[in-house]
Amino acid sequence: MNTWSNIKTIAKRELGAYFTSPLAYVFIVIFLLLCSIFTFFFGSFFERGEASLNGSFFFWHPWFYLFLVPAVGMRLWAEERRVGTLELLLTMPITAWQAIVGKFLASWLFLAIALALTFPIWITVNYLGSPDNGVIIAAFAGSWLMAGAYLAISCITSAMTKTQVVSFIVSLVICALLLLVGTGGAFRFFEGIVGKSGAELITAFSFLTHIENFQKGILDSRDVLFFLSLIGFSLFSTSVILRGHRS
Amino acid sequence: MIKVENLTKLFGAKHAVDGISFSVERGEVLGFLGPNGAGKSTTMRMITGFIPPSAGRVSVGGFDVLDKPIEAKRLIGYLPENAPAYTDMTVSGFLNFAAEIRGMRGDSRKKAVTRVVEMCFLQNVLHQSVETLSKGYRHRTCFAQSIIHDPDVLILDEPTDGLDPNQKHEVRSLIRRMGEKKAIIFSTHILEEVDAVCSRAIIIDRGKIVANGTPLELRRKSEWAGAVTLTVRGVPAATVTAKLSQLSGAKRTTVTKDAGSKVTVTVFPKPNADGELTRAVIDASQGWQVEELHTEEGRMDEVFRSITMPDTAKEVAK
Repeated sequence: MNTWSNIKTIAKRELGAYFTSPLAYVFIVIFLLLCSIFTFFFGSFFERGEASLNGSFFFWHPWFYLFLVPAVGMRLWAEERRVGTLELLLTMPITAWQAIVGKFLASWLFLAIALALTFPIWITVNYLGSPDNGVIIAAFAGSWLMAGAYLAISCITSAMTKTQVVSFIVSLVICALLLLVGTGGAFRFFEGIVGKSGAELITAFSFLTHIENFQKGILDSRDVLFFLSLIGFSLFSTSVILRGHRS
Repeated sequence: MIKVENLTKLFGAKHAVDGISFSVERGEVLGFLGPNGAGKSTTMRMITGFIPPSAGRVSVGGFDVLDKPIEAKRLIGYLPENAPAYTDMTVSGFLNFAAEIRGMRGDSRKKAVTRVVEMCFLQNVLHQSVETLSKGYRHRTCFAQSIIHDPDVLILDEPTDGLDPNQKHEVRSLIRRMGEKKAIIFSTHILEEVDAVCSRAIIIDRGKIVANGTPLELRRKSEWAGAVTLTVRGVPAATVTAKLSQLSGAKRTTVTKDAGSKVTVTVFPKPNADGELTRAVIDASQGWQVEELHTEEGRMDEVFRSITMPDTAKEVAK
């Protein structure tokens, strides 16, 4: 009870911080612009002639997030450490976990808002045809879960440094690796070195492998578990890093 | 209220804090003095639970800071060094956040915020963003945050740093007033503050306590304590010093100012001779045209230097 209200207080402050800085608005505008451009031009939304958002819209999300989510997550801890408010926050009567979860949830919620603002595309496809809305909802949920995984990794890198730019670059590199090992090229590359089952094991760690089912409308517990455990692991690492700074 | 036992902090092989023990009761204001890097902030950070000690224990209000951190932290108000505050928030937003995280809701929160805003004179900047505040206002905002829950224990790391003389005066009298009901530790570089505010002072140097006592007791350690300064007109300096040096309580005499017609001489007492020396000097000065005569109370800065300097000097000599 107390735990939850502490988390809520932290999350509320953090979410407020996004919207008092221009970052939130810049992020949302860029995200929506990218979504529209890629869906209609590169995703050939109209030319496909099918009532679906899969190939045209959701297909690009892992790649947008690669650049955008580290930008959302970079300030989470780096800024607290730079300004010195970390000392204030961690001497309040809350646990480090409550602070970590609260801050993470705020950013994740922010990403949910950005994602929700793409709703005109969903309206458009419903206006033009009759898509399977179950698939679309699953894909939205998957996209949000995946964004959470990116974000959790940015949490770690943000806790590692006082410089936001360093956090951004490091988390971008880590996320890029997690993304790229899931591509066909990477699979063939690893297959040549460690064999087929080895390559499958490696690609099992990729975002791409786990987002595929969501985009097809399949909610597989293994995929959900993958993203959730990645988030849990990353937040745990964040707590270890924060404790390391203090001792 | 605050009990520190054998507190030690190692950074690598270096002892930042080396086996410090002391306690502070309700109604006490403890001044924490020491040169830069002596371990003042590190000690405070360990008391507030920000960094864990390498060895030793801290308990606040009976709660061990390591075993019962939440209970201990509830009792503490903390103003960290450099008074950090969320720059993206308004003063009002920041204080409301601080109140909320301290478990205050609704009316009690509103009241708490109003109270500290008045106490710290923040009415004019209430809706201004922390980022745009001057240093003095930002400092007071963070200070307001530390007293928002009317804590039993206050830990203030350089609470008057960066304030103008008027603000310094206000903050000092605030600390003194609150010290009547709370246990307060505050660190400072300004020695006059110790006299103005503290009921007790601790000087730490290189992680160790080198002096602990009331401001008066500390000043007594100065060779200036009980020294008599005398200004005489029309008597040569040599005559004055010759006569005063012969006094039984006098350790040595120095001429602090010699303007020809007017000389100022200070007589330092032998240990445990204070009081008597003043009388002896008055007797000895019969027949001279004395313009001024006073007994020194002892100088805090001189005590501070004599306690902390030798070590620093050794360091330099290496």
